Amino acid sequence: MTVFQCVLFGFLIVCAVSVSFSKNLLNSVLIYMSFSLVMSIVWVTLQSPDLAITEAAVGAGITSLLFFATLKKIHAINTRREQEKKDVFQGLNEKNVGEEVSRRE
Amino acid sequence: MGNLFANYGEAVAMILFVIGFANLLLHKNLIKKIIGLNIMDSAIYLFLAQKGYIAGRGVPIVTDGVQSVEAYINPIPSGLVLTGIVVSVSVSALMLSLTIRLYRRYHTLDLDEISTLLKKEGV
Amino acid sequence: MSKLKSREEYEKTGSFRFWRWLDGRRDPYVGQVEMKPQTPVETPELTIRERLRDSQAVRDKVYDIENNKSLNFFHRVYVLAAIVYCVGLAVILLAMVAYLPPTGEADRPVNNEVSARYIESGLQETGAVNIVTGMILDYRAFDTFGESNVLFAATTTVLILLHRKKKNQDGRVEELENDRLLEPKRDAILQGSATVLVPIIILFGIYVILNGHLSPGGGFSGGAVIGAGLILYLSAFGFERAEKLFTEKLYKTVSFAALTTYCLAKSYSFFTGANHLESHIPLGTPGAILSSGLIFVLNICVGMVVACTMYTFYVMFRKGDF
Repeated sequence: MTVFQCVLFGFLIVCAVSVSFSKNLLNSVLIYMSFSLVMSIVWVTLQSPDLAITEAAVGAGITSLLFFATLKKIHAINTRREQEKKDVFQGLNEKNVGEEVSRRE
Repeated sequence: MGNLFANYGEAVAMILFVIGFANLLLHKNLIKKIIGLNIMDSAIYLFLAQKGYIAGRGVPIVTDGVQSVEAYINPIPSGLVLTGIVVSVSVSALMLSLTIRLYRRYHTLDLDEISTLLKKEGV
Repeated sequence: MSKLKSREEYEKTGSFRFWRWLDGRRDPYVGQVEMKPQTPVETPELTIRERLRDSQAVRDKVYDIENNKSLNFFHRVYVLAAIVYCVGLAVILLAMVAYLPPTGEADRPVNNEVSARYIESGLQETGAVNIVTGMILDYRAFDTFGESNVLFAATTTVLILLHRKKKNQDGRVEELENDRLLEPKRDAILQGSATVLVPIIILFGIYVILNGHLSPGGGFSGGAVIGAGLILYLSAFGFERAEKLFTEKLYKTVSFAALTTYCLAKSYSFFTGANHLESHIPLGTPGAILSSGLIFVLNICVGMVVACTMYTFYVMFRKGDF
């Protein structure tokens, strides 16, 4: 059990470090999700199955769902259509500003 | 250095706590900060559960009518952590909803940009 | 209106005219002043462009973090101080861990007479086979009640923060906020798997709640599982079908009923227990499904509160309305 626990603990630390070093927000949320899942295995090795069930349902399930919903709301997950819209808007903006500047000069 | 290697579980909990705290301090993005706080939560729960664990004893569910202290681990940390996990999800939901409100107002999640915008607004 | 004069006479007096003027029932300028319909203000395109450019310039200046000297200096000092602080904290905590008694041994101050009492006489006093459930729902039931209220308060706060009215005046804003327009409406794989999985997940949640006093689990975990099943149903079949099942009224009724039942049942049991009265709640035979007195009821209450809370969180985050 000791070796198994050591492997799990090592995984926990690697997950916690890589959350802060990943550039993409979606990636870090996914890493946090796997962190929670490994945590629920750690609870089983510590003889607390109550905690394991709760952590698997709450930590890995519902917290990550709330994170995903938030990322959707703050437009961190770009769908293709949103990206196109953004590109078009930015292009228009730059063109307008450039024209205006050249006319004034 | 006495029991550091015997208490490797607790040491890992402390390291996780510090990693989460560093996340909370050093990142500018609010979502990363919230994840860091959740990692700190998990570290505290791990520490508490390690305190209640006794090697060689079983899950605190009465089996075959055995009711001696020698058969089961300490049930109190399990109960405390069980309530803590469910409260932590409501705390993170609260923080995420505040984040959504901030994004609707300032269209950014970077704390520096938010604070410079606040200065411009004269608040 | 005067009672002494008739209506025609009263309308000729000065006081009637004065009161009419004061109430604003008649505009004195109607018919006296020539009225002209207002021309709509047209903003020339040049002004719009100027404004766009100005706002862009302001944004550039505000977001110019690289050249902001005070901010840069503060950042360098802050990052350095934060790293030093974290390393120091890690050293102090690890030194603390090194002085703790080793993990896994029985003769530690944590394992005192309190846990011994819970283990040795928990089954006789609470009737619950699962000692953890017996502890959190019988010995420390008010603690759990407070926690259910914390969940309720968190839901209320999220409702306040993220609630949106159904009828939005500005339709465009609603369209921008509505991220459901972008997702697939009838995904065959998702709907097929949800049809199979949702009943099993909800059934498993009910099983976990009802067996909370016999096996691992209980109200918190079972409620979270049921909430997850409801969320899966919602994301597979859309809001229209889910709204038929789960409305704001149902949420109010269920949470209020569960919290009130919990409070009244536990108050009764604590009141009789504190006054050395017989509470007349049968504990049943340990191991049977209908046993352990109030714990069975309290588990169901907690499970309902948790399931409603989780589902409401998700709905508020996605749509801002039930």
